[in-house]
Parts: sequence; structure tokens; C-alpha cells
Amino acid sequence: MRVEEKEIDEKRLREVALTPEEYRVIVDQLQRQPNEVELGMLGVLWSEHCSYKTSKALLRRLPSSGAGVLQGPGENAGAIDVGQGWAAVFKIESHNHPSAIEPYQGAATGVGGIIRDVIAMGARPIALLDSLRFGPLPASRHHFEGVVAGIGGYGNCMGIPTVGGEVYFDDCYAQNPLVNAMCVGLVPVHRLMRARAEGTGNSLLLVGADTGRDGIHGASFASVELDEASSERRPAVQVGNPFLEKCLLEACMDLAHTDAVVAIQDLGAAGLTSSVAECAARVAGAGARIDVSLVPRREKGMTPYHVMLSESQERMLVVVERGREPEVAAIFQGWDLTSAVIGEVTDDGCLTVVDGRKEVARLPIPLLTEGAPLRRLTGIAPAARPSLDLDQLPPLVDPGATLLRLLASPNLSSRRGIFRRYDHMVGDSTVIAPGGDAAMLRIKGTHLGIAMTTDCNSRYCHLDPNLGAQLAVAEAARNIVATGARPLAVTDCLNLANPDRPEVYWELEETIAGLAHACRALDLPIVSGNVSLYNDASGSSPIHPTPVIGMIGLIDDYGRRLQAGLHNEGDFVLLVGSSHNDLGGSEYLKVEHDLVAGRPPALDLAREKATHKLMLEAAGADLLRSAHDCAEGGMLVALAECCMLGGVGVRCPALKPEAPVRVDSAFFGESPGRFIVSVLSRAMPEMQTLARRNRVEISLIGLTGGDVIEFEGQFRVSIAEMRQAWEGLI
Amino acid sequence: MKFGVVVFPGTWSDRDCGWVIDQVLGEQLQYLWHKDTDLKGCDCIILPGGFAYGDYLRTGAVARFAPIMEKVGEFADRGGLVWGICNGFQILCEAGLLPGALTRNASLEFRCEWTNLLVERNDLAFTSQCSDREVISVPISHGEGSYFADPATLSRLEQSGQVVFRYCDAKGDVVASANPNGSLHNIAGIVNKRGNVLGMMPHPERCSEAELGGTDGLKLFRSVAEAAMRVLVS
Repeated sequence: MRVEEKEIDEKRLREVALTPEEYRVIVDQLQRQPNEVELGMLGVLWSEHCSYKTSKALLRRLPSSGAGVLQGPGENAGAIDVGQGWAAVFKIESHNHPSAIEPYQGAATGVGGIIRDVIAMGARPIALLDSLRFGPLPASRHHFEGVVAGIGGYGNCMGIPTVGGEVYFDDCYAQNPLVNAMCVGLVPVHRLMRARAEGTGNSLLLVGADTGRDGIHGASFASVELDEASSERRPAVQVGNPFLEKCLLEACMDLAHTDAVVAIQDLGAAGLTSSVAECAARVAGAGARIDVSLVPRREKGMTPYHVMLSESQERMLVVVERGREPEVAAIFQGWDLTSAVIGEVTDDGCLTVVDGRKEVARLPIPLLTEGAPLRRLTGIAPAARPSLDLDQLPPLVDPGATLLRLLASPNLSSRRGIFRRYDHMVGDSTVIAPGGDAAMLRIKGTHLGIAMTTDCNSRYCHLDPNLGAQLAVAEAARNIVATGARPLAVTDCLNLANPDRPEVYWELEETIAGLAHACRALDLPIVSGNVSLYNDASGSSPIHPTPVIGMIGLIDDYGRRLQAGLHNEGDFVLLVGSSHNDLGGSEYLKVEHDLVAGRPPALDLAREKATHKLMLEAAGADLLRSAHDCAEGGMLVALAECCMLGGVGVRCPALKPEAPVRVDSAFFGESPGRFIVSVLSRAMPEMQTLARRNRVEISLIGLTGGDVIEFEGQFRVSIAEMRQAWEGLI
Repeated sequence: MKFGVVVFPGTWSDRDCGWVIDQVLGEQLQYLWHKDTDLKGCDCIILPGGFAYGDYLRTGAVARFAPIMEKVGEFADRGGLVWGICNGFQILCEAGLLPGALTRNASLEFRCEWTNLLVERNDLAFTSQCSDREVISVPISHGEGSYFADPATLSRLEQSGQVVFRYCDAKGDVVASANPNGSLHNIAGIVNKRGNVLGMMPHPERCSEAELGGTDGLKLFRSVAEAAMRVLVS
């Protein structure tokens, strides 16, 4: 039977972000025209943000299984077994588009959303991290200040410590700031929950905030490029209420006292439509029936369309065993939270929406969640990036002066001005505070420590997206290893521009290939993640591919954790790993020569892995007094950070690298797989044995002591001068 | 010794205080719900940090009307130990149990960092384990911790020695550069005249174990536990 195709208004399709082709698929599948409500529901669920129609086929290439994985992608968050009965639950998610329009609320609700994802797994959130990108200051101060205040405003009120993250500034983010929020939670393994709508007849309980008109079409809005009319989309940005979410958090934790709860699901992008459909989609054949007239509302005159698409924050869907609703409602009531039974689980495989007695929508669950036709695009490699001829590069004149300029670069300067605006101590578990490599939280009642970090150098990704993604994984792993913890698992947030441009799609393909390769090589499953495309406001250049890697690691005894600062005099300072002429894409090139050119540093993943093994063996044998990884700015910036963080200087003989390694590369090159460590002099023989056994190069840089960094005959800079340059900029 | 930790909706230091009392100090712990009308035999009531009721109006302005607060007021009037930390200090000021008010930080920003405090009174139930004019290191975490009082109140506080903690540098000098929030006279904590109601912005429950960066906070918890013991023995 062929349904008569009524002319569908193209403008209307654009409003719900569906293409005419997609509309035809819908009509074919339904064997009828969708009504207005159905069209809106399909529009949000088929948006890139919800359906991953452009990236899904590529994402299947990522490794997602491995030892200890309790939950991979597809749930509200991933989960890893960390031992002694505990599961770590974590995920990273973007809130880029809302933050571009309304920085404070965009960032705040991004934090709120990722917290709910972790709560939905039954876990108590223990930490937050934020990976941020802005255009250069001062022009982008409005974005920067708003986002930092929004993150603090929400997290501080929630009583969840914000312990880490990163901030970088680049022209490409001027119109497209990136706000990626990561949350880590803990739950006893046997209480880990899954958001599955099991049990026909079980009740759907909506709890938390009343539903308003805010955020309608938020998911669709996140799936198009920002343009001048975007500020008119401000109503598509939600407003956060962290106090309400705090009550919701505690009430959900109290649900552990009852066995009446079958599942918890966050209401995020695409609101009720998405959360109900996703919950049902996880159980074969399941459906749901919702009566919108039962949904508590914030304002009058809302239509079923508004109710189904609202992205009002601080709401959760709870699947409750039939007959036990009062028990669960009482728990929420204890926190002065309203809850309402709005529907039930069915076995007809459809999401049916009624308004009182009137049916307003009825759509097959698979059509909603899996029906969007996957987009098969073709990638084309962009024009070659500028190459780098090292022989043309002027020689390094005064390494000390260069060091001070690098420390004052916004991309390298101290982040204290940011993290002191976040409560990073609440919870009494932060055993490594922000400011070093990875943060670490202890699991109370055990000796276990969970290290966590986010990382991505998008300049590398711009120059070579495949290698850049690999370097991001390796760098995140180094951050974890530098604390003495073993990298465990990854959550990723892939931020890119408009994939309809072949060169951007190519970047997406390469990014995912690089990510998959590095994660496989380092045995790191990717258990959760998010893709944010269309980060190119009209008239602005597209953003660099920015695959932000969130990683967690584990240390069996946090009493053995390592930190970056040098605190003792007379220790040996060693460079672990080999240095090469890796100046391509470096901060040194950018700051000193205003160049973004060359290939990013070559990465040997087998060698990287061996270096991590050496570091963990040395840490496990108590040989190391401190450890810090070498990243942007190279060896000398890392060494300077060790001195500033600990307050003790280093005296070194002149640095004379063996040919063909150049002096500028030795000081400021960004070769991967390197750490600065300090050891007691008597630990040296054992260190050398370990290094030989793992075939990793170690070299003696100098001796700790005094309050300057000195390389004999080359330069001398005091810690005070370095701090002067490094602190107080942002 | 039984500590009562009051939980308002929006409180978040309750579990940290509870952890220190129960797991570090090894004393009895009783959580008290804001709707409770009974202090359940507690020897010291802690009003912990957080954003009680969201602090949307003014910090502590709504919490003072909670049912539990009437009992806390009566308990304080009878000489019971009441200890407000961070948001708890703000609530005690709003409730009139302590003079003055906490206003927005001078920086207009939230601040979470370590501070040094000069202990000016060690004859109190809360500070007996500190030495005279000891400098202790305790973190702050607040957006509205700038202590304010009118000149008359302020001079009364100073004359009667009610200032317990002052922000200072590592050497114990009370200098402007050590003041993290613009508090008048660098005030970080005060006590009522009778000496049984203490309010402080810094968080002693965050520095009661070495792995968290310091143990000076534990001295205050120990002081209270010991004071309660003395009462029991006498």
C-alpha cells in the first residue's frame, strides 16, 4: 500500500531538523503520515545528537570490551569493576551549543546532565572534570567567565568536587567554545543499575522538576551549525536548579533501601520522548504508554507536543514495580520532591502517548531509536597542512627567557585561578587535588584510589587527526601513570565541525581510527562517550577535531600515590623516555615562532606501553619520590612545573643532546612517552635495572635543591620568576 | 560523646562531618533531619556546610525557620555546644545565635583553598587541643564568607574576645594578603559570649586526616569530644 504523500511543508521539516528523505522513510515505515506530535518526537530522536546517524557506523570500530567492563556504551554511563566490590561509573558529555549561546546556564546544565547519567546507574557521583576550549582571551572572556562560573555554580551547590579538566585557547573556538563535562561515580557492583523498562505493567514515575517549555528542540539545535539566528534559540537553552538536583541525588541514593525500583533513567536531550524510548528500546519487544495529562507542569497551556519535547532539567524517570508506587513516592516526598505516575511499561513495542482519553501519538520504539537512516558520507583528506623545515628555524638563544614566555602562554599557565573557584575537596576523598597530572579520589573504607583525567591536544589533531587522537589517549594514560595508577578505561567526547563537509567527515573517520588503534594497543576499553558535531558557527572557521579523552585509573594503595612537585633536596631528577626532534605542532613553535606546522610527534605505542610499565614498576617498588609527565612545552616546562609545585629547584649540567637531536627540541620538543621523576640517589641502580629490562631510556637531568632551575652555562631562572610568569593569568 | 549533625535539603558537609566523627574520631554520630523536633540526646550539634534550601534568598535565611532550629536555639540557651561550619555559620548568624553576617566574597568569586588561621582562644570547648595563638591550616570553600558586622558590634566582639579564628599568613601575622574573602578584621570564626556557640567559615572536617593534606581540623573535633567527657565526669 502506498500512502498518498501530502505535501509536507519544508519549513516545518527544517524546524524539526528532518530531511525530506528521512520524512519519506518515516512515512514508508508507518504506512501513514506522522502527526505533529509524532513528527516532533521523531525529529529530536533522529537528530544527530540523539541518533548518531553520521557517526554510528564509525563508532562500532571502537573497542568497548575488556577485563573488568561491567557496562559498555549504550547505557546512561559506562562502568568498570575496580575491585573490593566497587564499580566506577563514568561518562563525558558535551554541552557546546548551549554554552555558546548562554555560557553560564549552558555549562551549568551540562554538569547537571552528566551527574544524572551517573545517578541513573545507581552510583553516587564522587567527582567532576571539565574539558574546556575557548577563543583567545580577552576577546572570549565572556564565554570563559560564564562557563567557569556555571560549572562552579552547579557543582559547588551539588557538593560534588570538581577535581580536574583542562582549558585551551585557540582561534578556532572563538565562535564555538567547547564544554565537555565528565562525572565519575561509585556504586557497589551488586547495586549497579541499568535503565531497562522491564516488566509489562510496571509504572513509569516522573520525579523532580515540573515540566516547562524550556529546552524544546535542544537536541535538534545541537545538531545544526550555529548561525546569527542562534541567539534567538536562547529558549532552547535550559536553566539549571542545582538545589533541586541535589535533593534528587539524595532521594535516588535512598532508593537503594527499596527493591521496588526496576530502573532509573535521566531525562536529558529530547526529554521524555528520549528517556522513555531508550528505556523501552533496551528490552526486546517492550513499549510504553504515557499519559501527558498526568505530567506535572510548570506553566499553563502546554500541548502534548511541548510536554514530550521539553528539556526541563532535574527530572528522572523511574520504573517501579506495579503496586509499589507509594513506597517509592514516599522516598521522594521525604526530600520534598514531587513524583507522578505518568504511564506504564507495555509489551506492544510502541511508544503510545495519550492526553487523557485521546491518543496523540503512537510510534514503534525501533523506529524512534534505531530508525534514522545512517548517513554514509565520503571523507576527503583536506589540503596538506603546512610542513615544517627545522633547518629554517632560528636557533634557540636563551632557553630561560623562552621558558618564561612559555609559562606565560595561556595554554600552559597555572589553572589555579580556575580550580580554586570549584569546590574540589568536598567528600573528604580528594587525595590528589587539581593542579598536577591526574586527580585522585580514594574509595573510603578501602585503600583503593581512582585516578582521573581528561586530555586532548587539538593542535595535533588539526595537523593529523589520526595521530592526534592516538596522542590524546597516550597523554591521558601518562597523566594516570604519573600518579602511580594503572589506566583502566576511557570515555570519549568527539567534538568536530560539520561532517557534511567531506574534509570534516574525513577528520571524524581518522579520529575514530586513531582512537581505536591507541585504545587497543594500550588495552583500554571505551565504555561510554558522546559525539558533538556541527561545531562551526557560520562565518567562523571549523574547530579542530577535538576528541577529548576522559580516563580513569586505579591504584591498589593510594598511600603510594605520586605527585609532580619536588619537595626534597638532593634527589636525582631523571628524564624517563627518549627525546627526538618533535617540534611539529608544539607550543614552542606557536609561542616563539608563531607557527602551527609540521607533523605531531611520532608515537610508538609499544614503547609508550613499556614506559608506563617501567613507571608503575618503579612506583610499586617505592623508588619514585615524584613523577610528572612531559606534555605541551616539553621537558623544560614539565621540570619547571615540578619545581613550582614543590617549591624546590634543580641544578643541572648543560643539556647537550646527542645528534641529531637539537637543543630546542631537547628543551621544548614534545616527544611522547616521557616523564620527569625524582628518586633517592640510592634508588638509581634499581631504576637503571628496571629501565634496561623494559628497554626504556632514562637520563639524569640534575639534582634537586635551591630555588632556581639552572642548566650550567645555559641559563638560570628562579622559582619566583617562573611563578610570576605562570600564575595569575587566567 | 554524641555528635548531632543537622541535615537540611542542600547540605553537603553532613557526610564529611559524619565520616570524621564516626570513622576518624570514633565517637557517636547522629544525623538530625531538618524536620526533626528532637535533638536525640546529642552533646554537640553541628550545622554543616552546603547550600541549605538552595540558599536562593540569602545564605541561611530560610534554614533558620526549620523545625530543628528552634530546638537548636533552646539547646544553645541551655549552654549546649553548637558548632556552625561554613553554611552553618551563616545560618547561626541569620538565626541570631551569633552576631553579624556573611556577605559575598570581596573577589565576587567562590574560593576553595587552604587558609591559615590564628587561634586566638584556646580556652573554649572547641579549641582546647590547640596551643595558645597556634596557626592551623584549614581549607575554605565558599562564595559568601566575608564577615561583616556594624562597628559597635565589631568592637564589642573584639573587646570581649569573641574572635576565635583569624585568617593569617603562615607565620601567624594577620595581614590583608592572607584574607581570602574580605572579612572585617580577617575574622574567620567567632563564638558567642557564653562560649558555647561557635561559627566558622573554614572546614575542619576536610583536614582531619593526613591523606587529605592536614590534620589540624581533628584538633577541634578532639577538643569537643574531650569537653563533653569533662562534663560527663564532673
